[in-house]
Amino acid sequence: MQALRFEAVELGQDAARLRAEVRAFLVEQVAAGALDARGDFVSGFSAAFSGALAARGWIGMTWPKRYGGAERSALERYVVIEELLAVGAPVAAHWIADRQSGPLLLRFGTEEQRQTFLPPVTRGTCFFCIGMSEPDSGSDLASVRTRADPVAGGFAITGRKVWTSNAHRSHFMVALARTGAAGEDRRGGLSQFIVDLTSPGLTIRPILNLAGRHEFNEVTFDAVFVPEARVVGKIGDGWKQVTSELAHERSGPERFLSVMHLLALAVAAAGRAPDARVRVAIGRLVAHLWTLRRMSLSVAGMLHSGSVPELEATIVKDLGNLFEQEAPEHLRLVVDPDAPGASAYRQALEDVILDAPSYSLRGGTREILRGIIARGLGLR
Amino acid sequence: MSEITTLIAESAARLFAGEVDKPLLDAAEAGTFPTALWTAVAAAGLPDALCLESEGLWPNWEAGAAVLVEAGRAAAPVPLAETMIARWLLAHAGVHPPDGPLSIAPTRRQGDALTLAAAGGGWTASGRLLEVAGAWHAAGLVSVVAAGGDAHLVLLAGEDLERVRRAALSGEAHADLLLSGRRAMVAPLPAGLGADVLWRAGALARSLQMAGALQRVLAIATGYAQERVQFGRPIGKFQAVQQALARLAQETAAAQAAAISAARAASQGEARFAVAAAKLRTGEAAGIAAGIAHQVLGAIGFTHEHVLHHLTRRLWTWREEFGRESDWARSLGALAAATGGDGLWPLLADD
Ligand SMILES: Cc1cc2nc3c(=O)[nH]c(=O)nc-3n(C[C@H](O)[C@H](O)[C@H](O)COP(=O)(O)OP(=O)(O)OC[C@H]3O[C@@H](n4cnc5c(N)ncnc54)[C@H](O)[C@@H]3O)c2cc1C
Repeated sequence: MQALRFEAVELGQDAARLRAEVRAFLVEQVAAGALDARGDFVSGFSAAFSGALAARGWIGMTWPKRYGGAERSALERYVVIEELLAVGAPVAAHWIADRQSGPLLLRFGTEEQRQTFLPPVTRGTCFFCIGMSEPDSGSDLASVRTRADPVAGGFAITGRKVWTSNAHRSHFMVALARTGAAGEDRRGGLSQFIVDLTSPGLTIRPILNLAGRHEFNEVTFDAVFVPEARVVGKIGDGWKQVTSELAHERSGPERFLSVMHLLALAVAAAGRAPDARVRVAIGRLVAHLWTLRRMSLSVAGMLHSGSVPELEATIVKDLGNLFEQEAPEHLRLVVDPDAPGASAYRQALEDVILDAPSYSLRGGTREILRGIIARGLGLR
Repeated sequence: MSEITTLIAESAARLFAGEVDKPLLDAAEAGTFPTALWTAVAAAGLPDALCLESEGLWPNWEAGAAVLVEAGRAAAPVPLAETMIARWLLAHAGVHPPDGPLSIAPTRRQGDALTLAAAGGGWTASGRLLEVAGAWHAAGLVSVVAAGGDAHLVLLAGEDLERVRRAALSGEAHADLLLSGRRAMVAPLPAGLGADVLWRAGALARSLQMAGALQRVLAIATGYAQERVQFGRPIGKFQAVQQALARLAQETAAAQAAAISAARAASQGEARFAVAAAKLRTGEAAGIAAGIAHQVLGAIGFTHEHVLHHLTRRLWTWREEFGRESDWARSLGALAAATGGDGLWPLLADD
């Protein structure tokens, strides 16, 4: 069994200054009414807000300056995103490009791809979505059937992607498609492509979620042409490329801060001197949240210094999701949503209850994550 | 980790691995103080870990953490945490500590009472302290008592303690103490330390010990799942067992991160929030983890012969001591409420 690594991380004075800048920015945004629609990293979509963030240099902020980045550290990015998530700022528009697609291109993309896509991403004008899941391929991602067949000058993609968050308001998709036989380990023959969502043959249909909101989509590909120059990395390396960034995707503060806004409203609704039962429930959640943040920061610190703590990152995601799902269940019983003056709290509670089932599905289900942890423990 | 912290962690790990085994644990629980272990612990300088290179008011909790995580992992049956805290506080107050293991009494338990009286140019202490951890074998007891509006540090010598042995759930040598006008060494509590300093230091120490014990529990349960064969394969190959052990790993990880982060914070300040959160979170992890480990080990883990219970019984005891989860939850909840909704995030994030 490998030992778990969770060292204490300190962010330091520069981070404190940056944090103050972000808070001042958020105060301005609130005053401008830009923070009215609360959401999390999937549901709060606002191109205008993303544009305002970009103007401050806070999208792609760790990337090289020649691609529009600010060459700030991963821990500085952590400070910015946690401040945004803590108030439920609408970050969904640029989220995937900032967290995932941009770093993917920096690792595996061509120079031409980086110069084409990264600068507009950092300007907040180019949004990406992820095309991995299919009707018959969820947790078993390696079984995807969407095909990319070689044609003159590139590939023709045929198949169907589902649950594609924000495809209807993004510009590009990074799609995972089959380009060859799966091979013995079932992980071969997959490749990644940058697909222009305005391509002929591509259809985006809404799939309403249980709350009736249009966030994810079905995307069908009918021989959609993708030029050779839009292959990401190497043909056949798709699986390796997709899994290489998982530690970054899993351990971020978005895995436990979906309920921060709710918790703050609950504290406000509970008043300055709540009874012991309320204090115990809130105090417990606060301690859990504090611990999750320390864990997540610890992983961020390791990523920052170049190690890839996959086991620890996976632990943070599942534990974070557990917390996010537990918080509304506890709060609703101790802080009365029907109390006078508690309408904002009640609204947030209802939003979170409706969203909560997705927390332990998106980005890898609870059971799959625990399987990965078990592998890290040497059991598989 | 600084160099000195790494060194002390390694020497503590080596020492405990070499000295603490099942026979020693059984003997300690039967009432024999492990003198050789204590001698080795003292010779390695572990009781003064909190004083190492500590600048200013705050103890070196990083070194303290390194030692206490290892002590917890080994279930070392000596009051090392209590001695470390007592020696640090005495050193600050300029009081020479007695040799040997020491105990601390934060006087926060229901029924605790300790009062001072001036007598012949000195002081006497009277009262009753219940289930004081490590007090059965202690060569001295440190407490903090309010008198005349100020908080005083009180040191009582071992021979002045009237003790009634109390077997803790863990089998550790606790004692009820009865004091009737015994002489006490009294010094002003160093400025800047709160009257609840022992309570909070004890809570942090137990958090660290629990973090260490949990790591061992995880290793025991994982190892067992790889060896125990049922239905023709190691039980660790069954998905239900894997998912349970993944939960155990998560709780272990949470405890570790919480305790280590609180220790770092307490090396630099009072760290009220961090210590409260860490004791709560490690205490909660203790209960969940112990339950999972016992389930995975089946009946063998329920025997006295197996080592697991030396860890799990300690977890069940340590989560009660120096404030259980509900106590710390209440104080964190009060803090959150007083800070208000808008202040909650800064409370969590501004370190
Ligand atoms: C809000 C939301 C947004 C999403 N956004 C995107 C997106 O933008 N792009 C994208 O590509 N995908 C997206 N997804 C899809 C997401 O990645 C999948 O839902 C996830 O991978 C699970 O796949 P599935 O839903 O098909 O469930 P399945 O894989 O069918 O699983 C159903 C249940 O079976 C369990 N299960 C499956 N296999 C095992 C096993 N081996 N052992 C034990 N249990 C198992 C699962 O844990 C789950 O509980 C999104 C999902 C949600 C809910």
